[in-house]
Amino acid sequence: MRRTPKDKEDIARSLTRRTLMLGGAMTAMVAALGVRMRYLQVDQADEFRLLAEENRISIRLIPPTRGLIQDRNGKIIAGNEQNYRVVITREQAGDVELVMRRLAGIIPMTPEELEETVNDVVRHSAYVPVIVRDRLSWDDFSKIAVNAPALPGVLPEVGQSRFYPRDVDFAHVVGYVGPVSERDLAEREDPDPVLRLPKFQIGKIGVERWMDDTLRGTAGTKKIEVNAVGRVMRELERNEGDPGADIRLTIDADLQNFTQARLGIESAAVVVMDVQNGDVVACVSSPSFDPNLFVRGISHVDYQALMENDHRPLANKTVSGAYPPGSTFKMVTALAALEAGVIDENYRVRCPGYLEFGGRRFHCWSRGGHGTVSLTRSFAESCDVYYYDIAQKVGIDKIAEMGRRLGLGVRHDMPMSAITEGNMPDKAWKQQRHKAEWRIGDTINASIGQGYVLASPLQLAVMTARIASGRAVAPRLVRMIDGQEIPVPEAPSLGIAESTLAAIRRGMDEVVNGERGTAKSSRIVDVSMALAGKTGTSQVRNITAAERARGVVSNDQLPWNRRDHALFVGFAPAAAPRYAVSVVVEHGGGGSAAAAPIGRDVILYALSGGIPPLDAYPASQRGRIESMLKDLSLRDPTTGAAPKAEKA
Amino acid sequence: MTFYDNRLKQVPTGLRKVLYLNWQLVVLIVAVASVGILMLYSIAGGDFDIWARRQAQVFAAGLVLMFAVAFVPIWFWRSMAVAAYLLAFALLIFVEFKGKIGMGAQRWIDFGVIQFQPSEMMKFTLVMVLAAYYDWLDNKRVSRPLWVLMPVLLTVLPTILVLMQPNLGTSLMLLLGGATVMFAAGVSLWYFVAVASLAGGAIAGVFLTRGTPWQFLHDYQYRRIDTFLDPTADPLGAGYNIIQAKIALGSGGWSGKGFMQGTQSRLNFLPEKHTDFIFTTLAEEFGFVGAFSLLVLYALIIGFCLVSALQNRDRFSSLLIIGVAANFFFYIAVNLSMVMGMAPVVGVPLPLLSYGGSAMLVILVGFGLVQSAHVHRPR
Repeated sequence: MRRTPKDKEDIARSLTRRTLMLGGAMTAMVAALGVRMRYLQVDQADEFRLLAEENRISIRLIPPTRGLIQDRNGKIIAGNEQNYRVVITREQAGDVELVMRRLAGIIPMTPEELEETVNDVVRHSAYVPVIVRDRLSWDDFSKIAVNAPALPGVLPEVGQSRFYPRDVDFAHVVGYVGPVSERDLAEREDPDPVLRLPKFQIGKIGVERWMDDTLRGTAGTKKIEVNAVGRVMRELERNEGDPGADIRLTIDADLQNFTQARLGIESAAVVVMDVQNGDVVACVSSPSFDPNLFVRGISHVDYQALMENDHRPLANKTVSGAYPPGSTFKMVTALAALEAGVIDENYRVRCPGYLEFGGRRFHCWSRGGHGTVSLTRSFAESCDVYYYDIAQKVGIDKIAEMGRRLGLGVRHDMPMSAITEGNMPDKAWKQQRHKAEWRIGDTINASIGQGYVLASPLQLAVMTARIASGRAVAPRLVRMIDGQEIPVPEAPSLGIAESTLAAIRRGMDEVVNGERGTAKSSRIVDVSMALAGKTGTSQVRNITAAERARGVVSNDQLPWNRRDHALFVGFAPAAAPRYAVSVVVEHGGGGSAAAAPIGRDVILYALSGGIPPLDAYPASQRGRIESMLKDLSLRDPTTGAAPKAEKA
Repeated sequence: MTFYDNRLKQVPTGLRKVLYLNWQLVVLIVAVASVGILMLYSIAGGDFDIWARRQAQVFAAGLVLMFAVAFVPIWFWRSMAVAAYLLAFALLIFVEFKGKIGMGAQRWIDFGVIQFQPSEMMKFTLVMVLAAYYDWLDNKRVSRPLWVLMPVLLTVLPTILVLMQPNLGTSLMLLLGGATVMFAAGVSLWYFVAVASLAGGAIAGVFLTRGTPWQFLHDYQYRRIDTFLDPTADPLGAGYNIIQAKIALGSGGWSGKGFMQGTQSRLNFLPEKHTDFIFTTLAEEFGFVGAFSLLVLYALIIGFCLVSALQNRDRFSSLLIIGVAANFFFYIAVNLSMVMGMAPVVGVPLPLLSYGGSAMLVILVGFGLVQSAHVHRPR
């Protein structure tokens, strides 16, 4: 429109004013933005820089490689094998259930497994990879890898898992590993954070458990850069941590295998010890089980079968089994009497087949009696009356004291589960335990290792080793850790006169090598490896008066679980003892028939370092022994591979 | 302003117009757009093809468009103002019924090659029609209620249409742009004071009655407003974007993490990093120095526009320039306040930097109008 000059001037002035006001307001706003920028980027920069780092950096644990367990010569008992597995990370998966359902379409998975895994994933932090499936076949593993684009957050990876190449042989000694349970965590005061990694495995029993800290090692860490959805972009820093230390046991894997095979299906236990340094070179409980089943997660059926077996394969009878030692206890009674000075080496007792005391008859195993018995003969023929007599003279407290000196009623510390203390009763014990007076009958029972006396095969081996060496050797299971020999302190002397011990050893020698010895048929004819020992047969039932009247029923006619336990303890070579052995065959019948031959074969294997040479056996037995040895299914001594399945 | 100004008595004609463009403004615009293309290259992780190439092409086309608009005499544009406004208004109504739905809102008309947002067109046609209105209006009537009602309707009607799409950011821009032109035209301050106090009173009323039996809104509506105003209260939901944006900005520090070294953007913690939140990447990689420099460039662009408006003796031209500059300013102010956590998150791009074709074209057409007004100013 047409405007007058004055109008134009007014308009121009108004516009200028308003524009300057606008410009001023804009300047103020720009200044405010600038101040805010400065506040964020200069004043608070450090704080935000930290937040940005927290955003992008995440620290993950690298599980350490578990240490190996080897036998005394380095053969692998527990190793690690490659394990193809698949893990899922929630924060990358997004819809875990959807991804898992797709995964279930690729590898076989039951609906329960699926649900369980989904729950497991949800329970863990979003960034923690959870193992979905372990031990995948190569086929399934590659199928998952091919389908990876459709499976966000799912990662096929190669891990390590525990493997026991000598499966049944070391199930009781070494035990097995399993995933960390809530209870495992609760037991530890300040649990290693690595234990919280999903499905991390720790030792559950045996050496695996009791030396877990040594075997586990220290977890490494890696700093990784992650993006907004948690995907790992790159590794920034890696600290490898330390693998667990390797442990070398004192056990000889081949001897262990031979012993396991020799025991066959018997419910039995054998311990072989070096009498000088206490090395446990074999520690076998039979029957056994395959620890690999437990690592993989044992099925209900398999577990039920193990639990219901009346031969108790899960029990470690060598250290947890407490048995009446029977006649193998007689060395303790004799030593107590000799040491107390109540008898000397030439003391003799007349055995009419029983000892009458306080109107009660205590029978000798030989109903007809042994006639006049010397110390040596009392061993050889295992005359009970001799011990009834001397035990009364020396008294239970002295016997118990001698028993403890020899390692009975004492807990021997080894990295194994459920080690029993056994029982070495005395007057105070009975008063405390049964609130009753110790009776002379108790002493008489105890003198031949019956009644309240209980000992584990390990304790019996320790007792034998101490008698053989004259020193208080302690059993040990670990020879080396991380390549370092563990020094063995010189065992202190037992403090028993050498001549006294010699008399006992002479008696034990007579048991095996004497003309009338109870273990005569188990003698070793090679003098350089001659065996000395003591048999035992311990009752697991009370023979009632009625039974006695009927005539004691022989073992063969009894149901298995009421038969006597067969025991044998021994050492060899008799002249210069090197190994001590103890054998307990549960409900095996007589010690001389069921236990002593096993003791002989095992100790011969230990001494000769391989299958026992036939010429160590009496000529008359060689044929039978040869076929017996040939029938044993042994592992390949170098690879440890299991024996081939027998032909049908 | 330029060396030639004093010698020229007549409006330049033909190609001579090139010499009389506001070249300072052109250089600043090219500089800011180049920074934008550089940032898009960085955000794509060093890939030119993902965003940067297309942005560069659109910018080049926009620059040509700007020159074309600048060469057309400003009186032609004035004569087109009403028609352009009506066309934009008709298109807004059209998309209300037939528009393409994108990002949950009806905004687009798809022309095949390019998708067109009528609301973007409305931004400069509204400024044009208001400038033309005040150029036509007798100065004495500017503050008369009836003559105030007219521009208010011209502003509010398209604003409501855009708000219905729904596009809160653009409708806010239209409202502020219209109000600024009215302010510059000399509408009595009392109107602005009255509207401001009415709005303030309404907001106060809404909040003061909260929790009383006569509250204006439902409880859930209040909660929605709460998260809108303070997104940090919901760090994984609505607040996530703004928290991550602040971390990116702050962690840039004084001099930044370096070109293509921004962890927040490279690792995808930043949302919308190539569009509305592009400033955060710049601030992360170039620090306070870079961010503040950009702010200075923007301020210079607006400053040159305002100076040009003051020097122009044509009322339509002045108001048009102020309107375009104000629009540009409000975009910057709202976007930067938003990414720096000073204002609620409203979807507003950063002009010349954010990835997006039609926004870029509209801005350059706007500057074309500014240039046309500059070249053809009465002498």
